[in-house]
Amino acid sequence: MRKRFALSRLADVAANDMLPRAQRLLLGARQSLADYGRELVGEDFEERTRLLRQRYERQGGDPFGLDPETAKYLIIACSFFHRKYFRTEVHGLETLPEGRVLIVANHSGQLPLDGAIIGSALFLDLHPPRIIRAMVEKWAHSLPFVSTFFSRVGQVVGVPENARRLLELEETLLVFPEGTRGISKPFNQRYQLSEFGLGFMRLAIETNTPIVPVGVIGAEEQYINLGNVQWMARALKMPVFPLVPQWFIPGAQLPLPTKYRLYFGEPMRFDGDADDDDAVIEEKVWVVRQTIQSLLHRGLRERKSIFF
Amino acid sequence: MQEPPDNDDERRQRDRRQQARRAIDHLPVDVIERIETGPVMITGIVGRLGRRLARQLHRSRAVIGLDRRPFPDRPKDIEHHEIDIRRNKAKDIFRSKRLAALVHLGTMHDPTRTAEEQQTWNVLGFQKLLEYVRLYDVPKLVLLSSASLYGARPDNAQFLGEDAPLLGAGAFSEMRHLVEVDMLAQSFFWKHPKTETVILRPAHILGTVHNAPSNYLRLRVVPTLLGYDPMVQVVHQDDVVRAIQLALRPGVRGIFNIAGPPALPLSRGLRMLGRKSVPLPYPLAKAGIDRLWRAKMTGFPAPELDFIRYVCMADDRRAREQLGYQPQIDLEHTLASVDEGEWG
Repeated sequence: MRKRFALSRLADVAANDMLPRAQRLLLGARQSLADYGRELVGEDFEERTRLLRQRYERQGGDPFGLDPETAKYLIIACSFFHRKYFRTEVHGLETLPEGRVLIVANHSGQLPLDGAIIGSALFLDLHPPRIIRAMVEKWAHSLPFVSTFFSRVGQVVGVPENARRLLELEETLLVFPEGTRGISKPFNQRYQLSEFGLGFMRLAIETNTPIVPVGVIGAEEQYINLGNVQWMARALKMPVFPLVPQWFIPGAQLPLPTKYRLYFGEPMRFDGDADDDDAVIEEKVWVVRQTIQSLLHRGLRERKSIFF
Repeated sequence: MQEPPDNDDERRQRDRRQQARRAIDHLPVDVIERIETGPVMITGIVGRLGRRLARQLHRSRAVIGLDRRPFPDRPKDIEHHEIDIRRNKAKDIFRSKRLAALVHLGTMHDPTRTAEEQQTWNVLGFQKLLEYVRLYDVPKLVLLSSASLYGARPDNAQFLGEDAPLLGAGAFSEMRHLVEVDMLAQSFFWKHPKTETVILRPAHILGTVHNAPSNYLRLRVVPTLLGYDPMVQVVHQDDVVRAIQLALRPGVRGIFNIAGPPALPLSRGLRMLGRKSVPLPYPLAKAGIDRLWRAKMTGFPAPELDFIRYVCMADDRRAREQLGYQPQIDLEHTLASVDEGEWG
């Protein structure tokens, strides 16, 4: 029956024709989004989350406040960078020992995306999955939302007691012994390791933890840092002020889509006295540093292109 | 190659147990007997925790109460003295009884009292008690302090050991006298090794007790701080009573943190209790509570907000290893206990 008013005809068309079509479209979009999500994080993502949840439930919950259900969403966000943006290649992950591990990596890239990518690799490419634990600056834990977020995704306040406790709980701890010196290296010093701190070695000896060295290739080129402006850093009371031209171009704040390559080395065990003189500890640290440097050399040799 | 870590832990535990045994070996037999069978004096016995402790102890040994409040419904065999600990009369009781132990629960926590009253009651009163303990060679002193004295701070380690500094008074100066009491006991520990001094620092005690954490959880609508959800440790009042009983054994001395079931995010605790919570931005909450406090409309001073903002958790491994303490009451019952009646 033909409707008399234009408006009611329109309503008719909308209800009988357009609405199902829109529903189909929406369903399709949701489906493809889900497919895309599955493609990103893998078929067994829920299974992985469940395994982790069980692990922490057995302990009566993580005492630092990690919640696998919240961490899951961060992993999904990171997986886009891990799988699509940086298309990470992971080497040597199969030699990662069980139980407590101290992962020591070179730090680079102006923003700590290297940590996020190592974390994604351990969650998505390892079986059983692990959640990486790292130490965060103390002031971050005084900020609303930020402090809660960090603690739910497993990142803890940066004090030595926490590192010790995490290893005693058989967690996987990530440290960057180069610290800010490493992450804000200018472009002309790329892949040259700066000085290592000694704390991680004392920690590993004290808690009898194997060290797994990791070489991260690709992060150095994600932001081109022309140099650190010291007076600017002093004026803004920041640890460093890197001069990254890209950051001043509107819309170009994302890192360059380099290809990330992670090289996990064989686990290294050290013994001796954790309270030994600096000179003795330095020798052991030197061994780790050389191992990471040679992983970096190997990675750079094998790499044909920065972006592919 | 070093030993696997779990063997390491076991060895450490074994060493500590041996240490504890050696500590008893050094004590003369008559002192051990005195500690095990003599009368126990409890200050602040009329408080809810004091009554529970008295009920546990009075069947097996003599219990003497010291409190300025009356104790009308006390069991017949408990001797109660209704006096102020600052008065000299307290000394007579110490003189006439060969006490096995003094359990000091009588610290004043009520922040609505004047600073002067809290100061003289807590510090002067405790100092007098210490003097009597020294004069009459009481072989055991147990002080119930608190893990809150470490202070809730953003740069706290997740688990604070007994050697962590007591920084609680930094942001919350009204807590100063409680820190002083703890310090007095610490220096007494070193100066008078003949008395076994035990300082217990429990996490937030929940139950029928009227302390800040229990009162907070009893609120019908619980305010929280927007964007903050720290991990909190709670312990049931009966687990604290158990810890005090363990501390009364001969050979036990030192400082022990006491924690209950595993820690949990504050929000989860409120959900488990089925409480409605209202998140407020910190500056707003602080200003509001300051107003209410000045108008005497709330029992919560604003610095206490730090405890629902930052983490303040105690490491109770020493209590588990050396004291043999193990919390018996699970998380659900510990939380639910704030809604129980007087003797629930």
